[in-house]
Amino acid sequence: MKTVLAALAAFALSTTLATAAEVNPADWDAVLKDAKGETVYWNAWGGSQNINAYIGWVGEELQQRFGVKLVHVKLDDTANAVATVVTEKAAGKDTGGTIDLIWINGENFASMKRQGLLYEPGWATQLPNWRYVDAETKPTVTTDFTIPTDGMESPWGMAKLVFFYDSARTDASGLPDSADELLAWAKQQPGRFSYPQPPDFIGSTFLKQVLSEKIADPAKLLEPVKPDEFAGLTKPLFDYLDQLHPYLWRSAKAFPKDYPSMSQLLADGELDITFAFNPAEASSAIANDLLPDKVRSFTFSGGTLSNTHFVAIPYNAAAKAGALVTANFLLSPEAQARKQDPGIWGDPTVLAMDRLSDKDRARFEKLDLGIATLKPDELGPTLPEPHPSWMAMIEEEWAARYGVAN
Amino acid sequence: MLRFAPLLAIAVLALPVIAGLAGTLAPAFGYLPALGGSEISLEPFRIVLGQPGLLRSCLIALASGVVTAAISTALVALFVGGWSETRTFRLIQSLVSPLLAVPHAAAAFGLAFMIAPSGFLARLVSPWATGWTRPPDWLIVNDSLGLSLMAGLIVKEVPFLLLITLAALPQVPLAASNRLAGSLGYGRVAGFLFTTWPAIYRQIRLAVSAVIAFASSAVDVAVILGPTTPASLPVRLVQWMNDPELTARFMASAGAVLQLGVTLAALLIWFGLEKLCAMATMRLCERGPRFRADAGIRMVALLAMATTAIAIFGGLGLLALWSVSGLWQFPHVLPASLSLRGWQQTLPGIGDPLTTTVTVGLAATVLSALIVVASLAREQETGRSGGNRALLFIYLPLLVPQAGFVFGLKLFLVHGGVGANWAALVFVHLVFVLPYVFLSLSAPWRAFDRRYEAIAAGLGKGRGTTFLAIRLPMLSRAILAAMAVGFAVSVGQYLPTVLIGAGRLVTITTEAVALGAGGNRRIIGIYAFLQMLLPFLGFALAALVPALLFRNRRAMKIA
Repeated sequence: MKTVLAALAAFALSTTLATAAEVNPADWDAVLKDAKGETVYWNAWGGSQNINAYIGWVGEELQQRFGVKLVHVKLDDTANAVATVVTEKAAGKDTGGTIDLIWINGENFASMKRQGLLYEPGWATQLPNWRYVDAETKPTVTTDFTIPTDGMESPWGMAKLVFFYDSARTDASGLPDSADELLAWAKQQPGRFSYPQPPDFIGSTFLKQVLSEKIADPAKLLEPVKPDEFAGLTKPLFDYLDQLHPYLWRSAKAFPKDYPSMSQLLADGELDITFAFNPAEASSAIANDLLPDKVRSFTFSGGTLSNTHFVAIPYNAAAKAGALVTANFLLSPEAQARKQDPGIWGDPTVLAMDRLSDKDRARFEKLDLGIATLKPDELGPTLPEPHPSWMAMIEEEWAARYGVAN
Repeated sequence: MLRFAPLLAIAVLALPVIAGLAGTLAPAFGYLPALGGSEISLEPFRIVLGQPGLLRSCLIALASGVVTAAISTALVALFVGGWSETRTFRLIQSLVSPLLAVPHAAAAFGLAFMIAPSGFLARLVSPWATGWTRPPDWLIVNDSLGLSLMAGLIVKEVPFLLLITLAALPQVPLAASNRLAGSLGYGRVAGFLFTTWPAIYRQIRLAVSAVIAFASSAVDVAVILGPTTPASLPVRLVQWMNDPELTARFMASAGAVLQLGVTLAALLIWFGLEKLCAMATMRLCERGPRFRADAGIRMVALLAMATTAIAIFGGLGLLALWSVSGLWQFPHVLPASLSLRGWQQTLPGIGDPLTTTVTVGLAATVLSALIVVASLAREQETGRSGGNRALLFIYLPLLVPQAGFVFGLKLFLVHGGVGANWAALVFVHLVFVLPYVFLSLSAPWRAFDRRYEAIAAGLGKGRGTTFLAIRLPMLSRAILAAMAVGFAVSVGQYLPTVLIGAGRLVTITTEAVALGAGGNRRIIGIYAFLQMLLPFLGFALAALVPALLFRNRRAMKIA
């Protein structure tokens, strides 16, 4: 054991020495020059075929325009990428890391930022295409789950919680308009509602939505949670879940794994109401034969959670210049408009329409957002994401209460 | 040359595992300076043991290991006993053997779609017989007791054990024993269990232990079919490993140590069961009942065997149908429309993963076969098998939960400046492929009737000639079968490939799991098909080559 520990200590303490010229995002011509010929390994969730196809298109364009080779490393959980960077840092691999770009937000970003695993502050706001970004009316592009991004991640798309139902089966007039109405609805339709099992991202989002509606003072959610206040402040949430669970699908003895599994259950007729974090998700799924064409969307008039998803560069990325070029291209009006097309993906843009040229604005105006997508003015008010510390504690408490339900 | 083969084998197996274990054990006791842990403590264990529902997670893992092995072994024994040397046997054998090629995840997805309340079986009888226009709200998949999980494991382990048993069969005088037992008035099954089975079981015992180790630590099948509130221990282990919080690493490492204990406990329980069964068999044998009326149990064995084949083939057929289906809603038995969209979206990107899968698999398999054959040849020369200590080395990679030691191993590789390259991936696959090749090959190798070699020596042939002209050809079926198993193991590797390949080297399996995360049955169907195709080709070759080589050698044919 002693020798093992000694060996371990020896390799943990030593560091790899390497000299790589640091790139400077302010000198964009130099960045473009550096990026040429680089290979960018982009770690991004790979569970959706249309998103993968979009990323494939980005790769083709990058190769053609900037000579950057993009490789999509398909993850089933973004936390894996964070874990990889953690492992590399632990092994002293401070340069030449295996990840150049991560699709990220929320607690993963907070965790990487806190542990110093991210590339320098301010790179995102120095990107040439940052000038199109709507930082005024979309505050979440610079504040990720209440954490200031400090330019350490570049916004990619917007998310808002919307609900879906199959109008062929479910009467639109009886649909719930708040968490409380949802509870009443579930009692009338036992077994036809559920949510992905936390810590799945979408499942945790549902819990935060309920908490945001039920908590006495929502301002508390914007600050880091104080452990001694947690039980009292979240009591309304867990009282709510205690009432809801007997009426859930499978009586809450099992939960859908994630959003796509839940969506499959809507298609199978097992569930009547589902939800997603992308308003165009249903239209996109209909276009891909994943959901019947009678599926429609609704939200709560009191507001639903909304946030932004980003791309970030690990501190030890091997191809920083290539990663910067990729992040900048993702912000271009052309790439953003293509992303918002429900036939491609349907993910809402982070750009401000009034900052675009007429030609670029026209790209967005001619998009058909799809039959099941709500118009921007029908999406209702937005609720801010709580501080990431809430999510961690809620997930822990949830696991203790319901994760052992049998 | 041969002298170094066993050493090489032990190095290949033990070094990565020991390095990986050190990378797991040290953090389990709170020690990993790079992550801020500089003192030895039991704190990580305290945290793990405080996790809600931990006992239940451990019990599910334990039960999965023991129950899966018990049912699979019993089924194989009863089936071989009841039906060997019949046409039905050959039919089922040719049906079941290809199932070994089916990756666990694909089989699990197929099974899930068969048995779910909105699945194929329910659709077959709805709504005309059941009145269901909507699927019933029944907990079948992900059930709390893990029954679906065990079913998913059993349908995959039965083909594995059957193949290993078939490889062992030519080494025992099956036909003669059957005739002898029959002439003494024993029923087929009892006669087989009393005379032949003990000799066969001795040869497949290691494989059964591998089944226990695998079933008690399986991640992919448990994710798809297993309970979720709470999940079985290996699934939670991977969740902890992937927690972006640094501190969770220590807890996850302690969990990996716990998993090791659970797997060991399952093995110990099994060894106890073995003793009980041996005693019971002995008692029965001594009392002398003939068990002539065994038609019922034979039929049960046959039906159960056929069911495993139908369940997997049916499930895979359905996934294949999903891969070309448009919208396909309950209670439609067939999809309303067909579409090639899934294939069109998937095929353009398939080249790289396919190449990596095949080249890495072939390299790891060939290297393993060379090392194993050389080690066994050396053992035969010296007459020393290395005993239990050597066995422990071979078992290390199969007994230690992958999640635990591969993370630790990666720590070492990353530090050593070994990035994600092809050779590193082959090396890591070798760690998992070699034991399976060894386990599959060692028993038939050792059971080889050495009198053939004695005769060759008596005719004045040298060692090399005897080896090449007698032993290799006569064992070619076993060697090729072992290589096919090795290749299938390599194709199915998920965690080591993801971690060591770091996403830069992707295989069909890592793509399948990443895309399967999206729950899109079309994509799952496409990848399950591809995932199955490669090992299947391997097994087809393993069966075809000896059949061609020995087409004019009657004694080399399987009963």
